[in-house]
Amino acid sequence: MLDFTTITTAIDRFLHSALPDWAATLTECALVAVCVIAAYLVFAIVMIFMERKVCAAFQCRLGPTRVGFWGVLQVFADVFKMLIKEIIEIKDSDRILYNLAPFLVIMSSLITFSCLPFAEGLQVLDFNIGVFFIMAASSFGILGILLAGWSSSNKFSMIGAMRSGGQMISYELSMGLCILTLVVLSGTMQISEIVETQTRGWFIIRGHIPAIIAFIIYIIAGNAETNRAPFDLPEAESELTAGFHTEYSGMGFGLFYVAEFMNMFIISGIASTLFLGGWAPLYIPGLEGFNEAMCWIPGIVWFLGKTFFVIWLMMWIRWTFPRMRIDQVLVLEWKYLVPIGLLNLLIMTICVVMGWTF
Amino acid sequence: MDLVLLFTMIIASIAFVGIVMILTRWISPRTFNRQKGETYECGIPTQGETWIHFKAGYYLFAILFLMFDIEAVFLFPWATIVQELGMKALVGVLFFLFFLILGLAYAWRKKALEWK
Repeated sequence: MLDFTTITTAIDRFLHSALPDWAATLTECALVAVCVIAAYLVFAIVMIFMERKVCAAFQCRLGPTRVGFWGVLQVFADVFKMLIKEIIEIKDSDRILYNLAPFLVIMSSLITFSCLPFAEGLQVLDFNIGVFFIMAASSFGILGILLAGWSSSNKFSMIGAMRSGGQMISYELSMGLCILTLVVLSGTMQISEIVETQTRGWFIIRGHIPAIIAFIIYIIAGNAETNRAPFDLPEAESELTAGFHTEYSGMGFGLFYVAEFMNMFIISGIASTLFLGGWAPLYIPGLEGFNEAMCWIPGIVWFLGKTFFVIWLMMWIRWTFPRMRIDQVLVLEWKYLVPIGLLNLLIMTICVVMGWTF
Repeated sequence: MDLVLLFTMIIASIAFVGIVMILTRWISPRTFNRQKGETYECGIPTQGETWIHFKAGYYLFAILFLMFDIEAVFLFPWATIVQELGMKALVGVLFFLFFLILGLAYAWRKKALEWK
């Protein structure tokens, strides 16, 4: 299989031979930053376009068709439109916090994005506490949302931010429990190792029943984390205008929008890493020829394929179910998902201790 | 190297948002209008304060979240060594989860999980 470490080490060698050590490190950091931001924006554009087309398909519409072939350039047109919109300063807002909020939201999602393993060796941050770090980094995006709602001095924003905060911290819990369940199975928190062990079978197959339950809970919690329907009440457009980003205009709104879509990508990326094997190809014990053939497909294709499959699943959920009320959302989390998650953790532990996994 | 990269990502995200915001301020039009700085609610002028005492229900769930999130912090190191410890890990976590579920049951019984 294509290993990206050869490419990165080649670039590293070249830079260190051509430049002094500090300059080489600096150039590498700049290169990594530019690549990650470019990838971040490309995926954001792809996802916004996909969302429009998929939602159109679910509603028997065509979606954007005018701008460019098959409407491909629609998103670019939107980005340019947002760039030339005026940034409005609100009279009563808390100016510092108002401007700080997009920084926090983007920072959290960009750091989490750089933890995703796109292919073998194509991963920016690979800590030994990988999944735990992802949880920590993704949770301070909530802070940005709360600040955005609070500082706007708008009642809709305020209610939206409070709902968003309450919902996101609640569902982070069952998300953490699902990740915990998978860590019990894998025995490591480092993402590259988690994927490495899955080259001998994906966790959703090796962990059978508890892993499937964890996957379902993870998808539900992921939908709530990204504030999408049926959990889109933080920005329920029919009651709250636009929720926490009502008062943001132009690119300020655009950044929240991008971060929201990228959070969905990140959630799906983590789901595909933990449950569906990341870049690891499909492995069926006993079928050696089949496994060999699967290894010929590059890892990045596997990763993106699985990620976009999960994204499509989330979009399907979004356009199928009606919105819930805040009490229903919290009851679903605290009275159903948390107890089931804890029980599931116990089942997984029993399975691992007894050796009932594949 | 990992921490250097983490630092790079933090700088990169700040730079990205900063550049976008400066760029959009630079190329977008600027007009002054007294109405523009008003809060956008329904078209009519806003009534009353926004920064008021908020519903306590959210606060309650935040406290509950804190309790369970700390529990996750304790469980992560345990989860990595379940396979080595075997039966011992299972018995240990049974005690831990028992007390945890006791806490959840207490909150449930006290109707802290209802939305009022």
